[in-house]
Amino acid sequence: MGECNMLELKNLSFSVEENGKQKEILHDLNLSIDNSKFVVITGPNGSGKSTLAKLIMGIEKPTSGQILFDGEDITRLSITERAKRGISFAFQQPVRFKGIRVHDLLRLAAGKDISIAEACNYLSEVGLCARDYIEREINSSLSGGELKRIEIATLLARQTKLSVFDEPEAGIDLWSFQNLIRIFENMQKEIKDSSIIIISHQERILRIADEIVLLSGGTIKKQGSVEDILPELIGTTAAVDACEKLK
Amino acid sequence: MLGLDDISKMILNEVADITDEPDGAYNFRVNSQLAGRNTTENINIVSKENGSGIDIFIKPGTKGENLHIPVVINESGVKETVYNDFFIGDNCDVTIVAGCGIDNCGAHDSQHDGVHRFYVGKNSRIKYVEKHFGSGSGDGKRILNPVTEVYMEENGVMEMEMEQIKGVDSTNRMTIAELKAGAKLLIKERLMTHGEQTAVSGYKVSLNGEGSTADVVSRSVARDTSSQTFNACISGNAPCSGHTECDSIIMDSGKILAIPSLEANDVDAMLVHEAAIGKIAGDQLIKLMTLGLTEAEAEQQIINGFLS
Ligand SMILES: Nc1ncnc2c1ncn2[C@@H]1O[C@H](COP(=O)(O)OP(=O)(O)O)[C@@H](O)[C@H]1O
Ligand SMILES: [Mg+2]
Repeated sequence: MGECNMLELKNLSFSVEENGKQKEILHDLNLSIDNSKFVVITGPNGSGKSTLAKLIMGIEKPTSGQILFDGEDITRLSITERAKRGISFAFQQPVRFKGIRVHDLLRLAAGKDISIAEACNYLSEVGLCARDYIEREINSSLSGGELKRIEIATLLARQTKLSVFDEPEAGIDLWSFQNLIRIFENMQKEIKDSSIIIISHQERILRIADEIVLLSGGTIKKQGSVEDILPELIGTTAAVDACEKLK
Repeated sequence: MLGLDDISKMILNEVADITDEPDGAYNFRVNSQLAGRNTTENINIVSKENGSGIDIFIKPGTKGENLHIPVVINESGVKETVYNDFFIGDNCDVTIVAGCGIDNCGAHDSQHDGVHRFYVGKNSRIKYVEKHFGSGSGDGKRILNPVTEVYMEENGVMEMEMEQIKGVDSTNRMTIAELKAGAKLLIKERLMTHGEQTAVSGYKVSLNGEGSTADVVSRSVARDTSSQTFNACISGNAPCSGHTECDSIIMDSGKILAIPSLEANDVDAMLVHEAAIGKIAGDQLIKLMTLGLTEAEAEQQIINGFLS
């Protein structure tokens, strides 16, 4: 097979039961992602982006279709097994834990004991002053933006082949956009052949994609390079800045 | 150390982090007998004349000293009630480590009912750490029924950490506190029950002086078919502030009854209680599984954190 695709989604469908009726959220989706790619998935709210990410991580199981990772069929594998094979996922809404500290979470993410210095590196990368955060509990005392950054730091600590970020920019100040982009670029450089999937509405993130996937109504409407896709997107709701939307 | 057997040493380590003769004053009680005692210039320990326990006298102004008073039972069928009274002078700053471990390999119940009374002098700061632990494979039960009474003079501060994580079959604990003006009581309780264990924990805190404050925070986990009752009452009898929080995780077929109550007898008493009981949140498990942990490992991490 030579250069096989890292991730292949084949005829993937997902429906849920709502009030006794089947509601299809994703419909017959096909997508291949190569090694060393930076893919941005965009689309209107409710188009199924988060659901797609959860299917890749194994948090939801497809109603039909197949998921291959490095050529292996992982459709029936648990979250844990997929994590061990090298998939990681940053939640759109990070989870809070009473009593678990930032250092603990980074240690669990790294899968080994990491020194304070190493943990601090990951935090500095995401723009948090390590000294102030390393011993903090991941509870409701942290703001949404702080949680998002810690969530990204856990993926830095994991060092996996495939990282999926669900709207990582939400709640992060605009000034640190450049840093966020730099984090993704560094991740790809540091982990050989690794690919990143980012779910985002942000034009600045869309611009650095190798490939943009436009999801709408549970299917892929368009897929291609920045030059091919972005001009059509600009001005549609899929790629407006948050402040733009408020107008 | 003091010619103790291995099980006693293990228990001492578990309940009081003691691996060697501790620094400062101590009193070791093993199977209802005095197994070692040390007093210092500032901390005196005297056996009660009727043999029912000890009196501890801490001189005014004693600072930076530790007192260890662990209790070990490793014979089956021991049943005892012990009264320990602490007379703490003004302006002290002392750490007291108590704790009781029962190892019961026999068929008879072993039971320790410890009554601790603290008389805390003006401006004194006391840190009190108490751990309870049970082990051993016998059918006899390990039973601990501690009663703790705290009487605080003006501006005293008492910080209490009470932990019972493993192996105690039945516990019925009661903590009573009365606070004068400016006194402050902080209680942190950690409780886990498993198997068929039962635990009852009650608090009655009376804020009697102006500016007194109390914060009672309990975190507990009930697994298997164990059951727990948490009953905390704070009375505000002066301008004061009080807060109780009972936060519990329930697993398997565990049962928890939380009855926080507040009683305000002064218009400037500010009292708050919070109580929450629920199973481990699914998204917490999922998050840790995405880091490569199995579901069981994730559960363990969440509980360890919650009880830390
Ligand atoms: N478990 C579920 N049960 C019912 N509806 C769901 C479930 N998961 C997702 N949905 C619905 O599917 C649609 C897509 O959701 P989501 O994937 O979160 O969209 P996006 O991330 O693109 O905003 C939404 O209408 C959402 O309400
Ligand atoms: Mg979403």
